[in-house]
Amino acid sequence: MIKTDMPIERHTIAVLVANEPGVLARVIGLFSGRGYNIESLTVSEVDEVNARSRITIVTSGTPMVIEQIKAQLSRLVPVYDVHDLTLEGPHVSRELALVKIRNVGEQRIEALRIADTFRARAIDSTLESFVFELTGDTGKLDAFVDLMAALGDVEVSRTGVVAIARGSDLQMPLVRKKPARRKSKASAGAGDD
Amino acid sequence: MSGAAIILKALQDQGVEVVFGYPGGAVLPIYDELFKTNAVRHILVRHEQAAVHAAEGYARSTGKVGVVLVTSGPGATNAVTGLTDALMDSIPVVCLTGQVPTHLIGNDAFQEADTTGITRPCTKHNYLVKEPGQLARVMHEAFYVASHGRPGPVVIDLPKDILFADCPYVEADQVETKSYRPQVKGDSDAVERAVDLIAKAKRPIFYGGGGLINAGPKASRLFTEFVRKTGYPATLTLMGLGALPYTDKRFLGMLGMHGTFEANWAMHECDVMVCIGARFDDRVTGRLSDFAPNAKKIHVDIDPSSINKNVAVDIPIVGDAGSVLEQMLAVWKAKGCKPDEAALAKWWKMIDGWRARKCLAYRPDDDVILPQHAIRRLFEKTRDMDCYITTEVGQHQMWAAQYYGFSEPNRWMTSGGLGTMGYGFPAAMGVQIAHPDALVIDIAGEASFLMNMQELSTMRQYNLPVKAFILNNQWMGMVRQWQELVHGGRYSESYSAALPDFVKLADAFGGVGLRATKPSELDDVIDEMIRTPQPVIADILVKQDENCFPMIPSGAAHHEMILGPEDQAERRTSEEGMVLV
Repeated sequence: MIKTDMPIERHTIAVLVANEPGVLARVIGLFSGRGYNIESLTVSEVDEVNARSRITIVTSGTPMVIEQIKAQLSRLVPVYDVHDLTLEGPHVSRELALVKIRNVGEQRIEALRIADTFRARAIDSTLESFVFELTGDTGKLDAFVDLMAALGDVEVSRTGVVAIARGSDLQMPLVRKKPARRKSKASAGAGDD
Repeated sequence: MSGAAIILKALQDQGVEVVFGYPGGAVLPIYDELFKTNAVRHILVRHEQAAVHAAEGYARSTGKVGVVLVTSGPGATNAVTGLTDALMDSIPVVCLTGQVPTHLIGNDAFQEADTTGITRPCTKHNYLVKEPGQLARVMHEAFYVASHGRPGPVVIDLPKDILFADCPYVEADQVETKSYRPQVKGDSDAVERAVDLIAKAKRPIFYGGGGLINAGPKASRLFTEFVRKTGYPATLTLMGLGALPYTDKRFLGMLGMHGTFEANWAMHECDVMVCIGARFDDRVTGRLSDFAPNAKKIHVDIDPSSINKNVAVDIPIVGDAGSVLEQMLAVWKAKGCKPDEAALAKWWKMIDGWRARKCLAYRPDDDVILPQHAIRRLFEKTRDMDCYITTEVGQHQMWAAQYYGFSEPNRWMTSGGLGTMGYGFPAAMGVQIAHPDALVIDIAGEASFLMNMQELSTMRQYNLPVKAFILNNQWMGMVRQWQELVHGGRYSESYSAALPDFVKLADAFGGVGLRATKPSELDDVIDEMIRTPQPVIADILVKQDENCFPMIPSGAAHHEMILGPEDQAERRTSEEGMVLV
């Protein structure tokens, strides 16, 4: 029923959620249940004290669909905050890839040379393989993977995008009551939420 | 305190008077606590789906949260239809489900189901309590979530070991939900712009929905006040009926697929639409590309995700219907706004032209009872009584909405969003529990009634004098109507064959059965039904091939309404319309 003559846009959305069981299932279920796209989704706890996780979602859709996605995310009970990084100003986004390449001879040297150009680090090596670690935006990682694939047998593991707004504003700051050490993990559980 | 005791204490502290439930292995400790404390009234239903619908009826007729208690596995899965119904119609329900003990979760234990997994998409929120220390907090938070913002169903899944575990109680006022903070007051700039737009309108219309009912009786009063102050026409959705008295001359009737000719045409021709607590549902809008093409739209909704979902609006206002109406009225008065009387007179003249088509008129019949006539007579005889109406789903539901008038909110309980056959009878049970002295009538179809008729037994047990007023046409009427309209009259599986004798059925359950077969018997049957202090099934044999009009055929727009069978023959449903539900 959504108008289809509108352009498809790609947006990066950051979501701060309570780190509780099922919260990721809620977010993913929302996307699958309502037919929204997920191009990339990453999640990790960012605030152990208050049990908060940050989810970064790269999604695409018409402006109306993007607005819906944000509204639907916002009304989930364990969601604290939703930010559309694409809409709210410039942001930086990075992805990490581990790329294993198996080859020998001249191609092996060429792989090392390209890795150097991309500022990828070799973090594992055998006589016939490397594992490179590389961070950058999605385009840079794609380019690197394509080059490696031309030089040997390749296996790739990528994290998906994490992103944060540029500038000095803190959109979703960590909340720390006291700066120093906190108590054991057990007492800082979901009970705070 | 044991977990079970905490549950009972939390229910009491939340002001819960009644729980609709069905026992089973996983919830026995709670039932034991119910037995020992006798603190909360328990209504033993005959099927868990009915427990949820009863809680919905209770909630919708009182404005309180309805509470359900069912066991694990099948108890929980049987409740799913009711939960989905409550989600679609925004009814506050808290449903406690039993669960196998935590150490057995995931082991395919007896009567185990992944209840939080199954109910995640059909609840507003759900919890699995795995730590005894969380129980009291979760109980209180569930009531907060169910009743704040856009109301909805909340499930609390309770492993059996948690019910035995010793844990501390936490008072409700100690629990603060930090993440879910719905906006209640509307943005004052937006309210001001909205009022300016409303005041300048030449062809305005108010379009109110279930949000007005959910916001409490005050919202309906304020809505009525605003409509009267402006003198603008108003229409209501199926869920909003009662928010404006049916007797008000500014009320154009229900809008949408089976709404009135005048309401739909006024929606199509308006220049300013004021939508309050409604969600531009597909039953209401018809074909979106031709929906109110020349209107500036104001949309007030407590749920931000309802705004710009189906229809892009000009002034969105997120907030509670009652609060925003209060703000709007204050601005209207402060600015000394006056409607454009000349334009309004012209607009009413147009509307009166549509009204003159008398889209709900029907030709009386001396030989066979017309369903419209049956509802009209029921209405005439009960309009001055303390009466609550529920319905099932289908033709009878639309006729009830068209021919029964409501003077106040919370008197009309129907399954709008999900369209759940079998809703009305158990919902009526919940209403009767809340209003023991009122006349509660389930306007039903014979097919829908069969879906939850087992609750007759519950009604007998608790002496609930609910009346089932069955418009029996021996067809799944709405299915038959669509087959006639869209599938060349090939009536595939829509005939209600092998129907029971409803009079004997009532008798078998200890109720009273009545039957009307011709128009001359109708009034007597209604009178006797009203008089009877027991549950009644009134089997009203109505004209079998009557169709529900007026109608916006699926895929059509408001101005393409058909008024009766004559129009229907001329217009074929578009291919695009055929794929729509």
